[in-house]
Amino acid sequence: MSYAEAVGRLRAGTWLRLKAVDRTLPVWIGAALFLIFLMILPLGWIFVTSVKGEQGFTFDGYLQVFKEGALLKAIWQTLIISTWVGVIAVVIGALLGWLVTRSDLPFKRTVRALVMASFVTPPFLGAFAWTLLAGPNAGELNKLYRWLTGAEGHLFNIFSREGLIIVMALYSFPYVFSMIANVCELMSSDLEDAANILGARKWRVALTVTLPLAAPALIGGFILAFLHSLSLFGAPAILGLPAGLHTITTQIWALFQYPPRLDLAAALSVPLLLATMALLAVQKKLLGRRGYSTVGGKGGQKRLVRLGALRIPLFLLVVGILALSVFLPYWILLKASLAKAWAMPLTWDNFTLHNFTFTFFEYGDTQNAIINTFQLGILTATVGTGIAALIAYITNRRLFRGARYLTFFALAPLVVPGVVLAVGLFIAYTRPPIVLYGTIWILFVAYLTKEMPIGFSQAETTFKSIHPELEDASRILGANRLRVLKDITAPLARSGLIATWCFIFIGVIRELSASILLFTPKSKVISVVIFDLKEEGQVGVIAVLGILLLVVSFAVVLSVQWMLAREVVATRE
Amino acid sequence: MKKSIGLALSALLIAWSATALAQDAALIEAAKKERKVVWYTSLAIPSSTMLAHLFMNKYKGIEVEVHRSGSQRVLQRTMQEISAGIKNVDIIHTSDAGHFVLLKDKGLLMKYVPKAVESFPAGFKDSDGFYYGMRATLSVIAYNPKILADKEAPQAWKDLLDPKWRGKQVTAHPGYSGIIMTHVLALVKEFGWDYFKALAQNKLHLVQSANDPAGVVASGERPVGVNGAEYFYYKTLKQGNPIKIVYPKEGVPLVVSPTAIAKDSPHPNAAKLFTEFIFTKEAQQTLADREGLYTGHPEVTYPKDKPVLKALKLLAVSPDELEKRNEEIKKRFVEFFGA
Repeated sequence: MSYAEAVGRLRAGTWLRLKAVDRTLPVWIGAALFLIFLMILPLGWIFVTSVKGEQGFTFDGYLQVFKEGALLKAIWQTLIISTWVGVIAVVIGALLGWLVTRSDLPFKRTVRALVMASFVTPPFLGAFAWTLLAGPNAGELNKLYRWLTGAEGHLFNIFSREGLIIVMALYSFPYVFSMIANVCELMSSDLEDAANILGARKWRVALTVTLPLAAPALIGGFILAFLHSLSLFGAPAILGLPAGLHTITTQIWALFQYPPRLDLAAALSVPLLLATMALLAVQKKLLGRRGYSTVGGKGGQKRLVRLGALRIPLFLLVVGILALSVFLPYWILLKASLAKAWAMPLTWDNFTLHNFTFTFFEYGDTQNAIINTFQLGILTATVGTGIAALIAYITNRRLFRGARYLTFFALAPLVVPGVVLAVGLFIAYTRPPIVLYGTIWILFVAYLTKEMPIGFSQAETTFKSIHPELEDASRILGANRLRVLKDITAPLARSGLIATWCFIFIGVIRELSASILLFTPKSKVISVVIFDLKEEGQVGVIAVLGILLLVVSFAVVLSVQWMLAREVVATRE
Repeated sequence: MKKSIGLALSALLIAWSATALAQDAALIEAAKKERKVVWYTSLAIPSSTMLAHLFMNKYKGIEVEVHRSGSQRVLQRTMQEISAGIKNVDIIHTSDAGHFVLLKDKGLLMKYVPKAVESFPAGFKDSDGFYYGMRATLSVIAYNPKILADKEAPQAWKDLLDPKWRGKQVTAHPGYSGIIMTHVLALVKEFGWDYFKALAQNKLHLVQSANDPAGVVASGERPVGVNGAEYFYYKTLKQGNPIKIVYPKEGVPLVVSPTAIAKDSPHPNAAKLFTEFIFTKEAQQTLADREGLYTGHPEVTYPKDKPVLKALKLLAVSPDELEKRNEEIKKRFVEFFGA
């Protein structure tokens, strides 16, 4: 028996062959139930509700969506906004991604950390901060502009379509950034060198060689940012509604007001769902093809492009962008949390700690919301990481026939925007036999579904990086699969899985677009409380809760990084 | 003889008040067993929190769970829970009196008459005993005196239509606030929908809560509030912010905000006790003193710098009409203002 044969037999797993049905059945049933309860039931209800009239089948819902000016306008606005967000996010994300990986930009690590900070900042919080920064009259930046120039008007009105686009782009570009940075790190400099040798100048090389190489990632990044902005609820509600501007998500939310028009909400969800599906299909096609042999493998040499005279101006540009997404919003939140009147200078007369004492000791919602949020965060992250790891391990090691189709189960929720998922879950679980509405469990289901694709891709990457050789070796030495899992796989996968946990946790504690339709007064979470407070204009309390959310997010990220760094050191020894 | 009648009377009185006391004691006892009361309210966060703490200090061991949102949101959440069969809310309080017509018609309210409301005027009571006006306020115009001189500031509802205010006004939303719902209906009855159509030409900044315009005007984001809760403007002003309140001569919409106990209240005794409490002179006087509200309690006195209601021309609307025209108002407002 050759080594290959032995490995082959082990991989097929004698215990699996003997009791193949027994062993794989639970997994399939589990996955199927998962899919049915989390996806098929809610989405099925959306379709049913959208075509169910009082006397049976009807297309009235859809007709009304396309007849009613307001709804049609919301769809149109959403398309324009998301397109622009996609374009701007690609420009910023690609520039920063390239600069950080392929140029001699100073302070690259800090820049990366700050991009991570804008990724962690919940867009609704960013949007709220920007109302204080760039409200046309009281906004700090506009006041500064008037003071500097003596002008009467304003530099920028954040309560406008343009304002909404910019703020959404500021919190969407990190998605493009990470895609581009990845591609740039994998691309070797060979082709660029060739162009250089043939006499092309730096910028020509960048435009004619690097850019085309990165094109699939750029388009993929555009689609990702487009979809991200399509699904946002908080930012458009905070910046768009004051200007009389509805997007699809805010319109769906408005249809839930009493008396609820669930039929219209469902009919409006379907185009959003179809658009998302179509775009993801395009993205998959583009990224899946990868006709560029130089992308995708390591090796080859990478040289950093010298920016020369542009080094400092470009660095300042990067700082400027990060100021818009991180420094300025954080500063204004801090100021608002410590001020009696946020629009006045922070002098001793205006200084107060009342916002903090009120939020933490008097305001009744705070404690409950904090408990709910962290309960849900920890629960979802733990269960989510567990399921994601299980599916990723099974598909990656092909533990039984057809295992790779499990991938589909885990990635399917990607096509469902948060609001749409919430509409479906709301319809499905507010009626017997299963009433989850009114408890935190409906939020748990929503979060688990929403975070599954991210969790799965993280776990997948982790297992891909652990070569089966090590497991095989230990199987040959007589360990059974469970023992191998415990002694070999788990320790190696640990850091990757902790990162997965952390990703899901942060995704959960900042979730608003699904929560806003699914919460009840008993099951409020911090994001929903912030939105509630925003509607009443309680600036100080929002700032305090926003800071709390940011502090916890960063504490989690940093402690995980710290833990993992130690882990790496330990294994090297 | 006279003496004995007097004696008998006082004995009766003592006996009567003893039973009343015994009843009170029984209610308090029963309420303490339930341990908490869940209050869905549209009263501003600082005010409702204050009231809850006042109650919790008086009746130790009973927690008041305050869930504050706009009137229309409170109704939405209540109805969503009811249709899902969830019993969570004990007391419902909004500023849209129409809600209580709807809830009463659907049989979702518990009949309960708190003692103190006997002396309240008719406008504060449901004749069948299901709901009572816990507080009242006005919807007014306000401006920022640091930005606008008194001479140029608007003094009447019609002044707000002047194109010179384009981009300088803020309005709250009837799809969120019961106060604004009442405000819009009152002005529509006075001036017709054309008034709002013309107003919308001024490109208003749209906020949700009737309390929010106070902050927007005070910060200077928009110097003129075309509506808003008078008590919250007053509170904001008292905190030292630049605000001036205008009570238009054409008439000021009066908003009486009812409270009621839910039929399926999970803590009925605590709910009754809390309802009794909020109508006591003590609680009503605190609402007037600290929150700048008006009340139906005849003995309550008001801060000197607030106008007496009798001196104003008040625009009142009937709860029935509010309930009937709720959807029409929301729809047309969105049509004119965009969202």
